[in-house]
Amino acid sequence: MVPISYYLILSGILFACGVTGFLIKRNIISIFMSIELMLNGVNLSFVAFAAQWHALSGQIFVFFVMVVAAAEAAVGLAVIIAVYRTRETLNVDQVDLLKL
Amino acid sequence: MTPDLHLWLIPVLPLVGAAINGFLGKKFSRQTVAAVALLFSGAAFAMVLFVASRFSSLTTPHVEFLATWIRAGAFQVDFSFYLDQLSLVMLLVVTGVGFLIHIYSVGYMWEEGGFYRFFAYLNVFMFFMLTLVLASNYLLMFIGWEGVGLASYLLIGFWFTRDSAASAGKKAFIVNRVGDFGFLIALFLLIRHFGSLNFEQVFQSVAPITPESGGAGLLTTVGLLLMVGAAGKSAQIPLYVWLPDAMEGPTPVSALIHAATMVTAGVYMVSRSHVIFERAPMALTVVAIIGTLTALFAATIGITQTDIKRVLAYSTVSQLGYMFIACGVGAFSAAIFHLMTHAFFKGLLFLAAGSVIHAVNGEQDMRQMGGLRTKIPWTFWTMTIATFAIAGIPPFAGFFSKDEILWRAYQASWVYWFIGLFTAFLTSFYMFRLWFMTFFGEYRGTAEESHEDSAHDLAHDDTRAGAPAPHGQGHGGIHESPRLMVIPLVMLAVLSFTGGWIGVPASLGGSNRFERFLGPIFHSAIVTEGGSATAAPEKETDGHEPQTGHGTELLFTGISVFAGLVGFVLAWLLYYHDPQLPQRIAAGLGGLYEAVVHKYYIDELYATLFVKPLIAGSALILWHGIDQDVIDASVDNGAQGANEVSDSIRHMQSGNLRSYAGWVAAGAAVVIAYMVWMGTR
Repeated sequence: MVPISYYLILSGILFACGVTGFLIKRNIISIFMSIELMLNGVNLSFVAFAAQWHALSGQIFVFFVMVVAAAEAAVGLAVIIAVYRTRETLNVDQVDLLKL
Repeated sequence: MTPDLHLWLIPVLPLVGAAINGFLGKKFSRQTVAAVALLFSGAAFAMVLFVASRFSSLTTPHVEFLATWIRAGAFQVDFSFYLDQLSLVMLLVVTGVGFLIHIYSVGYMWEEGGFYRFFAYLNVFMFFMLTLVLASNYLLMFIGWEGVGLASYLLIGFWFTRDSAASAGKKAFIVNRVGDFGFLIALFLLIRHFGSLNFEQVFQSVAPITPESGGAGLLTTVGLLLMVGAAGKSAQIPLYVWLPDAMEGPTPVSALIHAATMVTAGVYMVSRSHVIFERAPMALTVVAIIGTLTALFAATIGITQTDIKRVLAYSTVSQLGYMFIACGVGAFSAAIFHLMTHAFFKGLLFLAAGSVIHAVNGEQDMRQMGGLRTKIPWTFWTMTIATFAIAGIPPFAGFFSKDEILWRAYQASWVYWFIGLFTAFLTSFYMFRLWFMTFFGEYRGTAEESHEDSAHDLAHDDTRAGAPAPHGQGHGGIHESPRLMVIPLVMLAVLSFTGGWIGVPASLGGSNRFERFLGPIFHSAIVTEGGSATAAPEKETDGHEPQTGHGTELLFTGISVFAGLVGFVLAWLLYYHDPQLPQRIAAGLGGLYEAVVHKYYIDELYATLFVKPLIAGSALILWHGIDQDVIDASVDNGAQGANEVSDSIRHMQSGNLRSYAGWVAAGAAVVIAYMVWMGTR
């Protein structure tokens, strides 16, 4: 059996990749994907702990996260399309209408 | 059992008038404002007359309790009014003269702006003055005392757009603060040592104290401090400087407040506190000395002034000095007698001077007057009566009161008498100087032409109640005042003529009814005093003749009348017979004359000694030091500090979305690191 620490390290690496991508990418879609990566990194640690402790609640959490992520993806992509249609760009640095 | 007199109505009636005119008067017509003011001040006068008519059936002092004001332990101050012979005399003077001056003011102020404001202030003054007179304790008296100061300030600065008037008002107010400070400390001492401010209680506690026993030092202190207060309000040395400047106010105000009533409050207060003063011989001596010096000092300045109102102002200071001489030698009833006659003739002098000023179109310099005798006959004759009264010529009112004071002063010390006599001569001289310069000789002014030009705005339209047609007499612009102003003049002239007859001394075949009327107040002290003669040796001779006989007194009367006549003759010589002579004399005197003309440079001295250091100190320490460096600095630096801190923090909010995310991530990392570190510890 693979020790839980392996899962947690992988989960941490995935989350760190997501954070890094979120911070350095300028394309909205890449940022969006980075968010998904962070969510899945967290999901991985949830299922790892669920398997470790034989507790079902961890898996339930994962389902919730997936559902919310799917809904978010739907809304988020719609927003991205709307932004692209009005601004002709997906560069977040140029979408700064709310900035003074 | 004494009947219910409703004494409270006396001060409250003018207050109601003041409230109506003050709050609603702006919308009223002049007629309504005048009617309200006259109605309520007249009602107060009627009320006083009613009280006076019932007075003989009262057990005096009659105290009317209204409500408890302050109660702290055993100490209690009430709103209650105190009526005895002394306050009755004051009430009659204040409301009587006050009412006449109200009538006069309607005529005098008719064309002025702020008509309603003037009468509101005037009624407020009446309210506070009557409170002062009727108070049954020192604290209520102090309320009135401060209130008349306020009314005086407002009325001196009535034409507040004129800088000199505004400054004069402030000067009066600030100089009075110095006096009030002494008064307040005296009140604190009374509370501390006698536990009460009630006249009756204080005087009962004071009565057993004699100059030899313990507590006399305390009484001397209290007496001196009360005198400081009185000197401030009654314009005595060294606090007299405000009164001449107070002439910036309208002339009726000068007559009512700065001659007849308010400035005599100090005399009233000292007389009211006679129980304290009689047991503090040193304080009494100080009172007498201050009175003597002031009388002489102000009279000498009065000789050289050319502004008609300023002559009268210095004359008022001088006459108040007389009253304090009387107080200082223990002749309190003589002081009150002179207070009353002075209210008549000095009120009249001011009103007549106002009438003169009115006639020559606002000119106040006597050098620009002259020859007005035939042009304004009513003013001339009434002013003549007042001048004779103040000069002490029998049988006018001033003669009896002044002679009484001089005689009593002589019994105390010939020094007081001699200076008083010399002052009487000076008084007669400067008053007849004013009289000759104003009414005799050739007219020297230029008001004729200018008056014609401005005749319209000076009040001669038909709307003016009782105004005679001024231009139908063929003598240009100078004209007699309207009837509304002449009537009070005549009534005061009658009083100035006859007012002294109630106090004819025994040596002249009278019975001195006035002194006997006031006797119960000033005598009761002697009874309780129990023969400690040093406190007030003069008092023991009250009412009956001392060792010196009538012959001596008559001789002194003759001397003082002679002094008055010499003043008249000298004024006639200098200002009528040979008008060039005064200049030559002035030139001959040189520096001395210069000093007197400049009022001995007292104003300049005070400016150097007190005002300038105070202003400089205030600017340096209070303004630059405390206000700017502490108060302003704390606020300013606080705001600037917040500004600087936020200026540096502001850069965190760049508007760059990913930098925010970076901060969030960094923060999360810090939190996690902290938790890990805590977990491994």
